[in-house]
This record gives sequence, C-alpha cells and structure tokens, in this order.
Amino acid sequence: MLTKAEQTRGLAAGAASLLLIGLFVTLPTIALLITAPDGLGQALFDDYTLSILRFTLLQAVLSTLLSVALALPVALSLARRSRFPGRIWIIRLMAVPMGLPVLIGALGLIGIFGRQGVLNDLLTSAGLQNPVSIYGLTGILVAHVFFNLPLAARLMLAGLERLPPESWRLAASLGMSSWSVFRFVERPALATVIPGAAGLIFMLCATSFTLVLVLGGGPAATTLEVAIYQSLRFDFDPPRAVMLALLQIAITAVILLCLSRFATAENTGAGEGRAPTRYDGQGPTALAWDTLVILLATLFLLLPLASILVSGLRADLGRLVSMPAFGQAALTSLAIALTASLLSLLMAIGIIKARSAIAGRRPRDRSLTAFSAGLAGLSSLVLLVPPVVLGTGWFLLIRSFGPVTPFAPLLIAAINALMALPFVMRVLEPAVAIHLARTQRLSASLGITGWPRLWLIDWPGLRRPLFMALSFAMALSLGDLGAVALFGSNELTTLPWLIYSRLGSYRTHDADGLALILGVICLILTALGTVGHKEKQ
Amino acid sequence: MRTFLAFSLTALAVLAQPLMATAADKKTLTVYTYESFVADWGPGPKVKEAFEKTCDCTLNFVAVADGVALLTRLKLEGASSEADVALGLDTNLIQEAKDTGLFAPHGIDTSAAKVPGGFKDDVFVPFDYGHFAVIYDSEAIKTPPTSLKDLVEGDPSQKIVIQDPRTSTPGLGLLLWVKSVYGDKAPEAWAKLKTRILTVTPGWSEAYGLFTKGEAPMVLSYVTSPAYHMMEEKTERYKAATFAEGHYIQIEVSGMLKATTNKALAEQFLAFTLSPQFQTIIPTTNWMMPAAATADPLPEAFGKLIQPSNTFLMSPEEVAKNRQAFIREWLSAMSMN
Repeated sequence: MLTKAEQTRGLAAGAASLLLIGLFVTLPTIALLITAPDGLGQALFDDYTLSILRFTLLQAVLSTLLSVALALPVALSLARRSRFPGRIWIIRLMAVPMGLPVLIGALGLIGIFGRQGVLNDLLTSAGLQNPVSIYGLTGILVAHVFFNLPLAARLMLAGLERLPPESWRLAASLGMSSWSVFRFVERPALATVIPGAAGLIFMLCATSFTLVLVLGGGPAATTLEVAIYQSLRFDFDPPRAVMLALLQIAITAVILLCLSRFATAENTGAGEGRAPTRYDGQGPTALAWDTLVILLATLFLLLPLASILVSGLRADLGRLVSMPAFGQAALTSLAIALTASLLSLLMAIGIIKARSAIAGRRPRDRSLTAFSAGLAGLSSLVLLVPPVVLGTGWFLLIRSFGPVTPFAPLLIAAINALMALPFVMRVLEPAVAIHLARTQRLSASLGITGWPRLWLIDWPGLRRPLFMALSFAMALSLGDLGAVALFGSNELTTLPWLIYSRLGSYRTHDADGLALILGVICLILTALGTVGHKEKQ
Repeated sequence: MRTFLAFSLTALAVLAQPLMATAADKKTLTVYTYESFVADWGPGPKVKEAFEKTCDCTLNFVAVADGVALLTRLKLEGASSEADVALGLDTNLIQEAKDTGLFAPHGIDTSAAKVPGGFKDDVFVPFDYGHFAVIYDSEAIKTPPTSLKDLVEGDPSQKIVIQDPRTSTPGLGLLLWVKSVYGDKAPEAWAKLKTRILTVTPGWSEAYGLFTKGEAPMVLSYVTSPAYHMMEEKTERYKAATFAEGHYIQIEVSGMLKATTNKALAEQFLAFTLSPQFQTIIPTTNWMMPAAATADPLPEAFGKLIQPSNTFLMSPEEVAKNRQAFIREWLSAMSMN
C-alpha cells in the first residue's frame, strides 16, 4: 500500500511527465501548421497514399510476426541455459544492432545475404542456379528481423528472469515435462512481455525508412515515413507532413489497441530476488536443441556484424581515432546519449510512479484508470512521431525567439529521449511492479520511507533494470541519425553523422571503420549496463 | 540521478559554448552550404583560408546535409536567417529558391563562368558542375551500355542502383535525363529499366555504398567519380559510361540573401567563387568540374574522364513547374508489375 502522500507524489510525477511529453510533441506541430505557406497540403487520400499505407502495414505486420516468433525459442533457450559459455556476451551482442546506424547494419547484412554475399557464394558453389535475393520484401523482412529479433529476445529473457526461483523449484519437484513448464511457468511470464514487445517492434517497423528504401527495391515498397520525409524535406509542405504523421499515429494506435487486448494481468510473483537456478532441460535432447537455437541466432546476428568488422578493419583505424573530428563527434554523441537516456529514465519513472499509484487506489476511479491507460499508450505512441516533423517544428518555434544552434544539442537529446521512452518503459515497468509487490508491505511495516528506502531497498532491487534501460536508451540515441539530420552542422557532429558524411564523399573505408568503432562503443556500453548480471551469477 | 543529469547538461552546455561565442572585432560572412563541402577533406577549409586572406573578415560556414536540406533550412528561417550567402543549390532547385523571395540579384560580373549549356542567371552564380553518368565496375562489366537506350534495353541481369528522385538530387537528375531523351515515352522507358534496377536508395551515399560493395556493377553518379578513385585510391577499375544521346548536367550555384547585412562582403565572396584560387580547390576536393578558369591545369586524372558530347539541362522554370507531375509519372511506371 502506498501512503496518501506517496500516491499524490506519484500522480504529480505522472502528470509532469505527461505534460512534458505533450508539450514537446504538440508545440512544434502547431508551429508547423501555423507557418505553412498558402496553397499547400494537397488531398491526403488518393490511391497513392492508400497503396503506401497498405505496404507500410503489410511489411510491419510480417516483420513483427517473424521477429517475435523467431525470438521466442531463442529467449527460452537462453533462459534455460544460465551457464551457457559466453552467454552474457551473446546477450550483450544483442544490443549492438539497436545502436548501429541503419545503413551500416544494412551494408553488413548485404555482406552476408547480398548478391556478392557469403551465403550466395556458398549456394552458388553448391551448384544452385538462382541465389537468394535480399532486395524486395524478403530483404526488408530479413533486415527487420536482424534489427528486432535481438530486442524481442532480450525483453522476453528479462521477463523469464524475473520469475521467482520458487517457480523453478516447484516445477522440478512436481517433475513437470518441458511442455508443462512452458505451459504453466514460461508461457504466463512471456504473455506479459510479448504483446508489449510486439507492439514496440511493430512501431519500429512501421516507421522504418532507410531500410525500406535501400532494400525495398523501389517505389512499390514505400512507407508512410518516406512520404512524410518527402513532404517536409523536398516539398516543404508542413500540413501534408503533419496530416500523414497523424494518419500514421491513428492507424497504428488502432492496431496497438487490438494488440493490447491480448495482454494478460501482470504476474507479480513474490520471490526472494535471487538469480533463478533452473532444474529443467537437463536431458541431452534439450541441451542439443538449446545449443542449436542459440548458435543459429548468434550466427544470424554475428555474421553481418562480422562483415562490418572485416570491412571496418580494412580502414586506417588509428588515423580515424586520432582525427580531432572523431574526438569531437564521439564526445558530442556520448553527451547527447547520456542526457537523452537520463531524461528518458526520469520520464519513465514519473509515468510508472503514477501508474502504480493509480493501481494501488481502492476503490477504482474511472477517470484515473483512463489516465493510467493514457500514460501507457502515450509513452508508446511517441515512437510514431517522425523525428523530422518534431525537429522541423521545434526549429520554427525556437527560431521565432532567437538562434537555434545553442539549443540544438538539447533538442536532439530530447527527441532521442522520446524515442527511447517506449524501450525504457518495457524494461522498467514490469521490474518496478515486481519490486514494489515484493518490498512495499515490508518497508511500510518497518516504516522505511524517503531516502533510506531509496538507498536501502529500491536501489539494490532496481539497479539492474535501471542500468539495462540506460544502456538500451544510450545505444538507441548513439545510433540515431534522424534528429541530428536537421540540426547537425559542422559544429555539431555526432558519430552517425560523421559516418554518413564520410560516405557522402566517397570515403567508404572511413565510414566502415567508424561504423566498427561505433559498434564497439555500443557493445562496451551494454557490457557496462549489464555488469549486475555477472555479479549475480 | 540528478547529479548525473546535471553533469551531462553541463557537458552539453560546454559543447554549445563555441557556438555562442562570436568574433566581435571582425566582420563575419555566414555562408550556408552542404556537409561534404565543409568536411576536413572538402573545399571548405581551403576556401576559408584563401578568402579570409583577401577580405579581413571571418568566413563562417554553416553546413546542413545537402542542397535540398539547404533550401528547406532557408525556407524555415525565412527573412530572419543569419545566412549572407547560400552555396550549393543546383539549377533544379533555383526556381523554387527564387520563389521564396529571399534571394537578391548578385550584381557581379559572371563572364568568367563557363559551364556547358551556357547557364546565366542574375540571381545565382554557378561555381562548379558535373554531368551525371552511369559508373560501372570494369571488372564486372566488359561491354558497358553506350547509350541511355542501351541501358534501358540491356541485359536485365546486369543491375544498376539508382537514387530516389523524391529524396535526392541525383535521382531527380536521372528522372529529368530520361524525360529529356524519351519525352512522352518516358513511362515506357522506366517500365523497361525497372527490371534492371537492383534497388532505389534514398540518397547518393547508400547507392554508392552498394556499388563499391559489389552488389551491382553499375550506379548512377557523376562523370567525375572515377577521378576520385584514380587519385585517392590509385585504381582505374571504376569508369563512367559515355552515352550517345548525351548526359544531364548538375550545375551548383550560390546566391546572396536579400536580408544580408554584409552586402558588399557577400558580393565579394560570390565574385571570389569564380576566381582561379577558388576554382583550383574545387576539382580535387568537391570532385566536380570547375565552372571557371583554374590557376593550375587540371590533374592528369581529369584528362582521362569521358567528355559528354551533348548536355541536357531543363530550364529551372520547367523543372519547378513539372517536378510533381514527373515524379507521379515515375511512381506509377515504377510500381506497375
């Protein structure tokens, strides 16, 4: 039970987060609509809009289904094999695709699945006439699975690891078959994670831009995001861009709403906070299956990354790292990523506090319940607001008061924070719910509140998910190019921006080298973010 | 948590510091341009050094992603822009740029400028140009296409990567090129060419990246692209294909903003872009052809480049009027199965 004061504070924190996000999204939208030149904003619903809408949804639904379905066995196997050699590094590796600039990831994939890729070389030497093509819908799907399977697997794994050890002990003492373990222990735990993860991946794929264009093959594979980008960047038609963005949000919201109906009540098992020891899956068949699944998934992830490594090593890494431009860009990237991820954590904590305050209230108040649902929905939907729309709107807004450049780093950080919010929420919210269920009554009965509680109870219990959320958010912000594209200038350069500008002037080797460095930085960050993992084992 | 936040905000403030500091003693000329112009290896640093020697001023470059982003940025900022000069629009964009009413006539002598097709304008000064060309990998293709018709009707298994005309200037260039050669028959040409296109990328970087990875033996780029490979990578592997009909040209221009408070200095800079000093810097940093005489002869590699016999260039007015319609036509031709 939360005290009255805690409830009020929680609601205030949620309201503050809501206000912050709301203002950050609506202000620039209004600015865009006001400053629109006359005579623009052509009819929104024509055949063309309908056809891109159809393709956007088709590829996003397929990508989501594939990513989640393929991530499921990976997460189950990883959870069962708590002592798999190199397990922690496999999990860390899974954060790298998130931080990779999309184009670099795409080039890595092409190095493996492309026409000149390793796979086709193998197939051709095996005598196959028609090698696989990574272009078209297949290419989009392979790339989306590469980027999102690790994300889904990590979220599912976190869900499984939150299960109390008693569950495993009980399952073992009842002598449950692995099917029963799946049915009664794993499935309920996964059911709380999968709809959220699927929703997140659906949004990521629905707003995919570079991947769809590079691998899609042509105009037949066009998404709403492309249309939004084009109407702002090429036509400077803000009303059309805003309308398309609203269309994107509305349609996706409907789909997410349907998806959320599958979510079951959150499982708040009361455990002791110890790392679970698994007793099941000791047989040779299970071991062989898990090993195969983990190896295949690792290979699928590792091969494109290895291709980035190979081309990266061909660059003159020493010269790249010693360039002043590199130091400056790395510092800027890290400062922005740190600010963005902390902002994102603060907003998420505000929302979570409000939601748990509302959940703890008896009797239930209908408007508060709606507020709680609204908070959850909003924190996801911000992912659909195209950064180019936000950036342009904010640019206009600040412009009317003075120069924009001094605010550019903060704006990029804020946009990145918003982009990371759904990820941070997915990691933190279930962890906080379980933590509160475990500790709430005890601390209340012992009278521990305020700072001592934060330090003695909350910090040790929530340190791991906090660091994990932080590393997720930082990796995301480090790899982002969308927000910086508008504000970036010769004086404000991030690492992805540096990579793109090298590519834009024939320096492909430099770009490969920088991409490798960025990937390594992401890997180091997630290693730091999951240090707690190792301590517990 | 709060200390962390305070720390990173301080770090951001420190990063923003140099942006806010302005040199008060000297006049500053602010030139908006695109990113690769100001990169370490681009023309920017050398241009800055050379111009500052002649003007007793500070030349301040502000760079955005590309020419299109540059125009969008100017539209966003309107009359309150800090830009004195915009450098790096191309002729396909200048009608739109004029329609914003933000640019002033340059009023300088542009007789030194000699670009194919004889582009002249009272608002924009050309500073370099490049013909678009299909670049091919001579290790993968022995008989490159010799005309646009040859490209359209050639072996569909030999793929080309092109850029999207909705999001990039080379993509728009190819669109106008096909339109110039095929006219009303352009949709049929695109429908045929479609089978040869491996993929359509959002910008030049993505397309060229796929090409150098060996994914496709051909890419749409510039006649001057092989010069980069010859001079910086010492290889003649990548070549431009000469097209019998001729090549579409991209002319890069700069112009002065009406709202500039440094009119004399801006005019001085525009005149400087046509000086041998500036023009000598362009070929080996921007990898484009100089628009006026250079101080030294062009490097040897440039002598090995193909010489387009005929130049296509649609008038800026025609492009501005028809771009939407052409793109729609392209979209429907390309998405048909």
